[in-house]
Amino acid sequence: MWRPTDAWLRGLSLAAFFSLWQLAAMWLNEPLLPAPSVVLVSLWRDLTEGSLLYHLGITLWRVAVSFLIAMTLGTALGIVMGRSQRVDATMDSLLVLALNIPALVTIILCYIWFGLTEAAAVTAVALNKIPTVVVTVREGARAVDRQLMEVAGVYRVPPLRTLLKVYLPQLFPYVMAAARSGLALIWKIVLVVELLGRSDGVGFQLGTFFQFFDITNILAYTLAFAAVVLGVEAVLMRPLERRLTRWRG
Amino acid sequence: MNHLDVNIRRKRYAGAGAAAVETLRFSAFPGEFVAIVGPSGAGKSTLLNIISGLDLDLDGEVRVDGQPLHSDSGEATPVRIGFVFQEPRLLPWLTVLDNLLLVLDKGPPSEARCRHLLGEVGLAGVEHAFPGQLSGGMQRRVALARAFAVRPELLLMDEPFLSLDAPTAARLRDLLLTLWGELRPTVLFVTHHLREALALAERVLFLSRGPARVVLELPVQLPRPRRLDDACVGELHDRLLAQYPDLLSGLVESDSPPDLDVTDPAVQPFKPLETVR
Repeated sequence: MWRPTDAWLRGLSLAAFFSLWQLAAMWLNEPLLPAPSVVLVSLWRDLTEGSLLYHLGITLWRVAVSFLIAMTLGTALGIVMGRSQRVDATMDSLLVLALNIPALVTIILCYIWFGLTEAAAVTAVALNKIPTVVVTVREGARAVDRQLMEVAGVYRVPPLRTLLKVYLPQLFPYVMAAARSGLALIWKIVLVVELLGRSDGVGFQLGTFFQFFDITNILAYTLAFAAVVLGVEAVLMRPLERRLTRWRG
Repeated sequence: MNHLDVNIRRKRYAGAGAAAVETLRFSAFPGEFVAIVGPSGAGKSTLLNIISGLDLDLDGEVRVDGQPLHSDSGEATPVRIGFVFQEPRLLPWLTVLDNLLLVLDKGPPSEARCRHLLGEVGLAGVEHAFPGQLSGGMQRRVALARAFAVRPELLLMDEPFLSLDAPTAARLRDLLLTLWGELRPTVLFVTHHLREALALAERVLFLSRGPARVVLELPVQLPRPRRLDDACVGELHDRLLAQYPDLLSGLVESDSPPDLDVTDPAVQPFKPLETVR
């Protein structure tokens, strides 16, 4: 019997979604819900004549920078907290506090204290993400297999090699989980940051369209955005994960 | 490496009431194969962790030619140590070859050596497999190859053939003796399997129940090659247990037969049969 492959199933669910949307739009016949075909035409126009690519590029850049900052600092802190009981006890309540500060508060404070600058925007996004990375990676650092570390110890494997070949591979599933959820969160926060204090980027554009009730363009930008997310997942995250978990067979 | 001296006055784990090891002393000659037999929980693994330098928190010292083998400051005698654990302890994300290369200096000579060793343990052709794809016996071969890859001067083995089926364990024992014969490291082989100890070692140390002390030291002068099920091994095994019925529980009765030459009150030497056929 023919069984659909994973790729097929992925495509199928997307196709079903767009068909439902198209049917609903045709049935309602309402300017507030434009059909996907209309949105696609608008998307094409934005791509070829408009400034979608420029704004999308700016947003992607902000996402990438704040993602890298948040992952690096969050992973480092998570490892330290997972290894040291004392650091963990010292930082834990601060961490809970940081986890629960609303993204909007961080963003507003960063803009007020550091001005409406690029640095403030990226800092605000990274600050929102770091605590969740710390929590996930800390779990991983606590679960590190002491027995394998002993192998490295007995055979006097140099510290850098121990880190790269023995320690970090054990953290990898946790770092990957943090990266996945991190990317999803950062996308969303970057748009808010742009809406509030930047004059370019997808968030800024969406704010402008909102003022004109330009729903078609809002959906076109959203589609472009979603396509990029799916692309990053397919081209970057999944191959990376497959390569690094090859040994599971 | 030359003479190994182990002198542990006291080793207690933080939070534990009793000491795990107390007044445990023994030496090993260069290239000697010493088996260490004791009941479960006697502190055998603790002993190996101390000798390997994994555990530095103790009252006592491990010396090689009078120099400390380990020190906190890192200024220790550079003795190459191989360690075969109870479980293979391979890194599942590294291929078989990379598992060996991990413990060696980088460079083509290392890789050639690893390939040669893998061939010697009968694993040619699976260099690029991951440990998870191998059987338990094959994983232990890799662990054995890894221990010999560093050209150990001191080889520590912690019940390495436990939980293997008898033929697989027998093949691995033969392999171990072959590799030992080539490189001649000093071997400390921990086991609670008396026949295995008698078949492999040149000398067997019997430990008491924890806190571990040496209660009996037995030179094994049986002809090689010998295997577990050889008659001479069986005979020595039976004679030993007849004389010390509770030996494997770590107990040596004080009313031992007068024909034994007792020189050290802490250690009761056992005179083995000189000519066993």
